[in-house]
Amino acid sequence: MPHRTFFWFFFPSGLAMLLFIGLPIISSFFQSLHIEPEQILMEVEKCDPFGCKTETKVDIEATTKLQEEQPLGRFNGLGTYGDRNHLAFDEIKEAWTNSSSMAEFTDILLNLPFYKALLFTLTFCFAVTPPVVVLGFIVALSVNTITKSLKGPTIFGVILPMIVTPLIGSLVLFWMIDAKGILGSFIQFLFDDPNLSLKSSSQLTWITLIIYGIWHNTPFAFVVFYAALQTVPQDPIEAAIIDGASRYERVRHIVIPHLYPVATFIILICLMDNFRVLEPIIGFAAEGVAQSLSWMIYNDLRSENKMLFGSAGATSMLTIIGVAILLTPVLIRTWREFRTER
Amino acid sequence: MESKINRYSKQLILINSFFILAWLIVSVFPFIWTFWGSFKVKADFFSRADWMFAVTGVNTLIETGDTSTVKAYVESWTEGEFWKATMNTIIITVSVVTISLFLGTLGAYALSRSTYKYTFWILIAALIFRAMPHITLVSGYLFPFFQLNVWGILPTTIIVLVAINQPFTLWLLYSFFKTVPKELDESALIDGCSYFQAFRFVIMPVMWPGVVTAGLFSMMLAYNDFTVTSLLLNQQNYTMVPKINAYLGTIEHSGNYMWAVSSVVSATAPLFMIIMFFQRQLISGLTAGAVKG
Repeated sequence: MPHRTFFWFFFPSGLAMLLFIGLPIISSFFQSLHIEPEQILMEVEKCDPFGCKTETKVDIEATTKLQEEQPLGRFNGLGTYGDRNHLAFDEIKEAWTNSSSMAEFTDILLNLPFYKALLFTLTFCFAVTPPVVVLGFIVALSVNTITKSLKGPTIFGVILPMIVTPLIGSLVLFWMIDAKGILGSFIQFLFDDPNLSLKSSSQLTWITLIIYGIWHNTPFAFVVFYAALQTVPQDPIEAAIIDGASRYERVRHIVIPHLYPVATFIILICLMDNFRVLEPIIGFAAEGVAQSLSWMIYNDLRSENKMLFGSAGATSMLTIIGVAILLTPVLIRTWREFRTER
Repeated sequence: MESKINRYSKQLILINSFFILAWLIVSVFPFIWTFWGSFKVKADFFSRADWMFAVTGVNTLIETGDTSTVKAYVESWTEGEFWKATMNTIIITVSVVTISLFLGTLGAYALSRSTYKYTFWILIAALIFRAMPHITLVSGYLFPFFQLNVWGILPTTIIVLVAINQPFTLWLLYSFFKTVPKELDESALIDGCSYFQAFRFVIMPVMWPGVVTAGLFSMMLAYNDFTVTSLLLNQQNYTMVPKINAYLGTIEHSGNYMWAVSSVVSATAPLFMIIMFFQRQLISGLTAGAVKG
């Protein structure tokens, strides 16, 4: 196809992506270099019958004027990246010199907002992915063996948790897990503790979120594994049966090796998807104990009176770096595939 | 194609059936429970005394005179203005699906037929764009949108969702067009068609299976979106998902909490119906494209 024709065919789609995905990333970076203008303070002398005193208060007029002149705020360079809410260099240095043991240092480090969020995000990613792959594989094997007429409805049932948006999915589970809901009461009954609530401690909330993550992500792994199972060659399996291999041995030595590439694909996608975890935290009302990187950005942009564009921009940039690290293996894989295709 | 020697033992079938049944309960029961509970009052759905109240509806009987009630539905749709959120969702979903399919088919067709190296870099760029967390993009939108005074309205959100959706649509349709034999449109070109005519008269009639799959995914993205719609729309223009979240903001009001429960059912039911019809396309899309991330 000539370049000219290609250009006109691709132009609308490319323009949309450039304007609304490419530019925002640059705009985010630009915002992260700025910081909200300080409020201009003025001293006012206030006199009443008991005497005069000076008060400092915000000069609203001057502040609004400054905001109009510099809507993005003043230039701050990379300052926002190093402040307490992001990489917190000063705090880390201080903690390093002052803390007596490694444990104390880690404790201080993980109480800084950014590192706390990073810890949760990574824990969530790496706790959810392995069970998702294993469960997805088992369910796929299992569905593959049932009668053909039952397959359709079964698959529909199994993929439901994936179809609903994470916010709705987490709400549905949250209402059941609530201390007054059916699962919550059941757990209280099980442990014989009428005050037990999954919301009561941070560990329990984290576990709940991770269980939700597994529930939501397993269908995706299932679908991909199930499709891959249809492509497993039958000849080696029959040969193995004739040689007297048990069912377990056949799965272990023929099916699983065949599915390795698919499994890596699922793992990478799962890690990438879960790295942006946000909605479950809102759905489970877990903001207090579990914050993710995405939630930090959401929170900066949510604040009613003043949106912290600078802070949100800086966290966005750091998140993108995280995504880039996770994405590298996928890119290398695509590159190889594309080269062999040619 | 099960060979006769690969028969399953009775024992295995039994264990397998149990496992599948258990897994089905895990994935389906929460939705059935929520559906059932949405016809009860809050004192039953979140029952302090006995969880069985949610099944029998004891308090619902006391409060409304019947064991089940549609009060939460009626109130959320009228007083809670859920009808408006539904309208907005329909407008956004239909527009996003139409526009992104239009742009996507043209772009993906060009990508699949061009033999130059830049197509690879475009596809890689699309893959990177696809991996960007939506919230980081939103943080880049807000400030310019405020300055341009286009924040809060539906068209802005539609364009943003179309753009966010493009990378996946492109990849999906690209791999679909790769399976359409090149000879088909090449013969049309030899017969004197322009590229556009070849696309219009030769490719368009055979591209519908791929388009339906891509459309299904665009629909799910637009319908399910929370990050973009909750931050880029003002309260009056909220779609269903941010609206449900807004109901939850007022927990003190016990009536509102059931609004959220009933709205979850109202929002999920149509989606499930659509998926029931298009399940095959959904699964083929997830596997064929192999680029969900």
